[in-house]
Amino acid sequence: MKYPYFPGCTLYTKAKKLDDAGRECSQKLGFELDELKDWTCCGATFPLVNDYHIAMSGPTRILADTKARGDDKLVTLCSVCFNVLKRTNHVMRNDEERRAKITDFIERDYHGEVEVLHYLQLLRDEIGFDTLREKVVKPLTGLKVACYYGCLLLRPVKEIGLDAMENPTIFEEFIRALGAEPVEFPYKVECCGAFQTVHSMTTATRCSHDILRSAKNSGADLVITTCPLCQFNLDDRQPEIQKSHTAFSAIPVLYFTQLLALALDLPAAGLGFERNLIDPLPLLKEKGIVS
Amino acid sequence: MEKKLGVFICWCGSNIASSVDVDKAVAEAKKLDGVVHAENYMYMCSDPGQQKVKDTISEKGLDGVVVACCSPRMHENTFRKAAGSVGLNSYLLEIANIREQCSWVHQNNKPLATAKAVSIIEGTLDKVKENLPLETITIDLTKRVCVVGGGIAGIMSALDLANAGYEVAIIEKEPAIGGHMAQISQTFPFFQNVPQLLQKKIEEVNANPRIKLYLNSEVDVLEGYVGNFNVTIRTQPAFVDPAKCTACGKCLEVCPVSVADEFNRGLSRRGAIFRYNQTEAARIPVLMQSDCLYFSAAEVADATSCRACADICPEQAIDLDSIRTLNDEFVGAIVMATGYDLYSPLKMPEYGAGQLPDVIDALAFERLLDPSGPTGGQVVRPSDGRVPKHVVFIQCVGSRDPERHKAYCSRACCMYTAKQARLYRQQVKDGTAYISYMDIRSDSRGFEEFVQQGMEQENLVYIRGRVAKVIAEGDYLRVFTADTLSSRQMEIEADLVVLAMAMEPKAGTRELAKKMNVTIDGDAFLSETHIKLYPVESSTKGVYLAGCGQSPKDITDTVSQALATAGKIQLMFSNETLIADPLIAEVKSDVCSGCGICIEICPYGARLMNNFTRISDVNQAVCQGCGACIAACPNKACELINSTSRQFIRMIGDFAGKAEAV
Amino acid sequence: MGELVELTGLKDGQPVTCACALGNLTEFESVPVDRRVMVIGGGITGITAAIDLGNAGYQVMLVDRLPSVGGRMLQLSETFPTLDCAQCTLTPRTVESGQHPKVTLKTSCEVIGLEGEPGDFTVSLRQKVTYVDWNKCTGCGTCIQKCPSKGIALFERDAGRMTAIYTLSPQAVPNKPQIDPDRCRYLTKGKCGVCAKSCPVGAIDYKQQESFFAARVGAIIVATGFDIYDWKNKMPEYGGGKIPDVIDGLTMERYLSASGPTAGAMVRPSDGKEPKEIVFIQCVGSRNPEFHKAYCSRVCCMYTAKHARLYKHKVHDGQVYVFYIDIRSTGKGYEQFIQQSVSEEEIIYIRGRAARLYREGDKVMVQGADTLTGKKIEIAADMVVLAAAMVPNAGAQELADILGIECNADGFFIEDNYKLSPVETGRQGIYIAGCCQGIKDIADSSAQGSAAASKALVFLSTLRRQNQEAV
Repeated sequence: MKYPYFPGCTLYTKAKKLDDAGRECSQKLGFELDELKDWTCCGATFPLVNDYHIAMSGPTRILADTKARGDDKLVTLCSVCFNVLKRTNHVMRNDEERRAKITDFIERDYHGEVEVLHYLQLLRDEIGFDTLREKVVKPLTGLKVACYYGCLLLRPVKEIGLDAMENPTIFEEFIRALGAEPVEFPYKVECCGAFQTVHSMTTATRCSHDILRSAKNSGADLVITTCPLCQFNLDDRQPEIQKSHTAFSAIPVLYFTQLLALALDLPAAGLGFERNLIDPLPLLKEKGIVS
Repeated sequence: MEKKLGVFICWCGSNIASSVDVDKAVAEAKKLDGVVHAENYMYMCSDPGQQKVKDTISEKGLDGVVVACCSPRMHENTFRKAAGSVGLNSYLLEIANIREQCSWVHQNNKPLATAKAVSIIEGTLDKVKENLPLETITIDLTKRVCVVGGGIAGIMSALDLANAGYEVAIIEKEPAIGGHMAQISQTFPFFQNVPQLLQKKIEEVNANPRIKLYLNSEVDVLEGYVGNFNVTIRTQPAFVDPAKCTACGKCLEVCPVSVADEFNRGLSRRGAIFRYNQTEAARIPVLMQSDCLYFSAAEVADATSCRACADICPEQAIDLDSIRTLNDEFVGAIVMATGYDLYSPLKMPEYGAGQLPDVIDALAFERLLDPSGPTGGQVVRPSDGRVPKHVVFIQCVGSRDPERHKAYCSRACCMYTAKQARLYRQQVKDGTAYISYMDIRSDSRGFEEFVQQGMEQENLVYIRGRVAKVIAEGDYLRVFTADTLSSRQMEIEADLVVLAMAMEPKAGTRELAKKMNVTIDGDAFLSETHIKLYPVESSTKGVYLAGCGQSPKDITDTVSQALATAGKIQLMFSNETLIADPLIAEVKSDVCSGCGICIEICPYGARLMNNFTRISDVNQAVCQGCGACIAACPNKACELINSTSRQFIRMIGDFAGKAEAV
Repeated sequence: MGELVELTGLKDGQPVTCACALGNLTEFESVPVDRRVMVIGGGITGITAAIDLGNAGYQVMLVDRLPSVGGRMLQLSETFPTLDCAQCTLTPRTVESGQHPKVTLKTSCEVIGLEGEPGDFTVSLRQKVTYVDWNKCTGCGTCIQKCPSKGIALFERDAGRMTAIYTLSPQAVPNKPQIDPDRCRYLTKGKCGVCAKSCPVGAIDYKQQESFFAARVGAIIVATGFDIYDWKNKMPEYGGGKIPDVIDGLTMERYLSASGPTAGAMVRPSDGKEPKEIVFIQCVGSRNPEFHKAYCSRVCCMYTAKHARLYKHKVHDGQVYVFYIDIRSTGKGYEQFIQQSVSEEEIIYIRGRAARLYREGDKVMVQGADTLTGKKIEIAADMVVLAAAMVPNAGAQELADILGIECNADGFFIEDNYKLSPVETGRQGIYIAGCCQGIKDIADSSAQGSAAASKALVFLSTLRRQNQEAV
């Protein structure tokens, strides 16, 4: 099975290893991620501007390209890209006026024919978590994982519709399929503050602290995310948090493809753990997951 | 002769029996003076329980019964009916409340609760010993109704009653019925055309032979009591004879007077003779005596009397020498549907009303929206007729301000403001409507959605904060306010400012309430008997309340209330006579000195001085047995039947004696 | 046994034809059909309408699905703005409805079909199985005392316990028990039978079957009331019902009620401790067009202020926080009630929505925002009370189908004209009142109950007059 794939800029550059992990896992799971040709930035920075039309012309072009290839699905790994593409697609499907304006402008024919899928959703809906469980080689037994969703994977729920907005479970089901134990914690859908990193570092630090503390208090060994930006933010804020909260002890923050890769027995060396600020390897070794 | 008394003690399941030793109580009761029978049972109020009471009364020939159980409010009627069914006068049965007043409050002390229960029973027995057998009082009933106020509340109440077959007299102060609703353009939340809705109802009133209209009229005197009221109605002279008038309008043209038109809230001017409003019902002109030169000239020496209208009338329909008339209506019930006024904007000088022509109140804005209004339905500025591009609506003006104005919320303003702003935006597409609010109170079905639509579809700008002041600056108004959500001060340049003034009881409500013997609250709203269970009953039996005179409300709630008054009156009229409880005050004529203190103190107007005997009488139909006069009487000339001072002193003696023992 | 007639009705959404006994309601049928009215729903609205009609000389059949009348108001502690005891104001009315010579109570009963025309409707009803022969039962209560099977009490909203044979409350009218077949040991396991053995009059009937009967009436008043929005299943952000110390407003009423499961002691569900910090959240599920109910539930602002004050009366050193969007205190004396709550009882009102509740230790953490300062707020509360949205009672749409009247998308019955005919439906002779028409408080509900009674009276008396004139 072959799926058109949109990696996005973060996973293509700074977080390349996370992208690699996703691709390698797909082969183990029996499907192929076929990268789009000439893909551009999804436009994630543009939603901050007032002009909807310009902001949506980029992602519409990506979707139109997918359609032009003769495909009706597009897979993304990054939560931000997923959010932007999916919401753009929603406009293409439901707002005739804006759709016409944008497609006229980019001179493409597109009516929202493509279905945008997040990698996690692909695993759930196309592959099936039961199949995933069968394909797991090294179950992550004994690992307690806090599944952090963040906001972009879920909201606005009427446009995204991936899972319940307030109490989603897809990530926990995924973790169970890998043999690890998900822990419930109340901050799993709170914003991590990554958008505020430049504008107000203290806000980002406070938000991250709330999430990490809550995860730790709930008994988690580590936190995983679906979004490379959340992963970076939650990981990178920890030294700052420790300055103001001396009682806080660090907790590793992993990207979900890293854990998936471990469970499928891909070599740990290629998974980019060296880029994790809080090194997860001592923990993973202790749990017997990495030797 | 000593009465043969019986005592029946109820367990109330475990409610009483778990804290009162009911067997011991029976044993103690049997020892008491005059008791020939005592027993207990698990549920005395159940059918077998009642049967025990009935059988014992018959078998042992009891002539006094005490049932010791729950509050008399629960089952006094039950047991009295049971006693009555076997021939014992109902008033010789009394309830000793040993549940609410004993077992429930002494759950952890059974000996004390038992002793207290016995003393309550003993005291009640002593009361029964002196109880007199009584018969209920029968009162005549006149099945006609008087409705005070011809607004929508009065209209709906009168229509229901008339349709049910009763004759109704509507007393309306103004020259036409319809009230404030006639000034309104459209409704919320469905934008219904108010003039059409109202016109249909007014036509129904006019077509109904059972409804008699007294326009330009007020209640002069009210006498009588429930079932038998005599309302004297004072009607202002009708200078224009409706039988002759052809509504040609010539008189309107010649009248030299020009004053502000109240119906249009000062947005237009009228003569001393004028059409009250544009409805079909008001097509005959009315003459306002206080504005007319013919009458003011009479007070000024040497002035020439103006008779322009009378002289020009081709039908000689105008008689300037008409006099006011008095009519009596005998009715069994009265509906007070007196309505509201808007609080005067002049009391809020900080908003400039009265000085700044483009600061108007909400009813004035309704007149601007009304197609039959002074501007033909065009929203324009009163000052220069320009279409206002920026309109600021200010809510809670005079409401929710306990320090300086009215403490209460006027309830309808949030919704009518949203409606007005939406209608404005629908008319002026490039206009901006700002709404200054404290809380948005859109709390009925469909209201929340209505406000939301206003924000989303008509782009109403809601600003949470109170406006500090409005000043004129050149051609526009400067509105100083604050946005409490962003904690910023704001200034808005507006073309028009609309004030959602507080609603207050109609002028004169206080005086009218006194005449009708209806209590009012601190804001002069008419008071209901119980806010939850008797929301349309006034403090005086037979007088009912509907609409904004009772508290501010919207049309829907007003109509519900009006229909409820009609229902209450219909059920009162379903009997041929009224029955009253005989447990009322009585006067010992040999002791009463005729000082009249009881007359002042009686909240129901049941006490009257007898002009012949010079002592104070009790009106049996009106007296509620509250006991106020008994406490007030300096000579102890009043007693409450079957609750005499003697009975009470003996009861207290019983309790006090026992209290020492405990 | 009266004449059997074949009538078609709706049961659980399915059309059914059943043989209904007609003509064995001797007292009710002692007057002509145009002097009989059926009131569906025995809450304060229905009771008010029924007593009004009874006092006007009409025979009234008051129908309720539950085993006794009184409705939601019976569950309330005290009422705003006067803080009167709800039971003390209501029970004399329920007793009156039970004893009124012109009112026939038909409880544990459901309307399943309607035929005929305004002025002469034939309503078919299903008498549900109670396993107790109410004609024999004296209401002595021995069975309830002896029953060994205890479980969660419906009336106490999960806060108290009750037996498998039960009445809704000690003051139930009629005071006749019924058996919960899911909990009764005899009915589930075939063993026990304690109630049957202890009943002095042999009223227990484990083999009772449901029965059907029909009544001819001139007019019908529908007052089926409200239920609480299913926040436990629909609002995971507030704990989804899994945090024991997060309860809804109606449950709070039971905790505050002197006759409630705690006898009015203010304790929290999890550990019975007195809560020192309590958070009230208004508009839970209301005013939320995206995900829940778009409308405002109208009474929550006031009952929350009342809860807060009653709580302060019991816990003097307690601290109350109320999250609100707008404070809607529009009735007579309501604004003043709120003002007193703020100034005298020192209740802290926070303008903003609470985003999330979760448990941390024995606290309930409340995350919210204060939109007046623009700050995020976090409160470690001992207990949280949700003013959950009010919705029409289950089955409103089905009843509307049966009666041939209209419902809106939220399930509220629709009146003929919002302004001038608030209690009349599109169908003549059928009237609506109370919360089934739109959420309202007790004062407005009872006024509407009387208004509906008035409309029924006018309709029937006009009909009689027309018939007489025709003759």
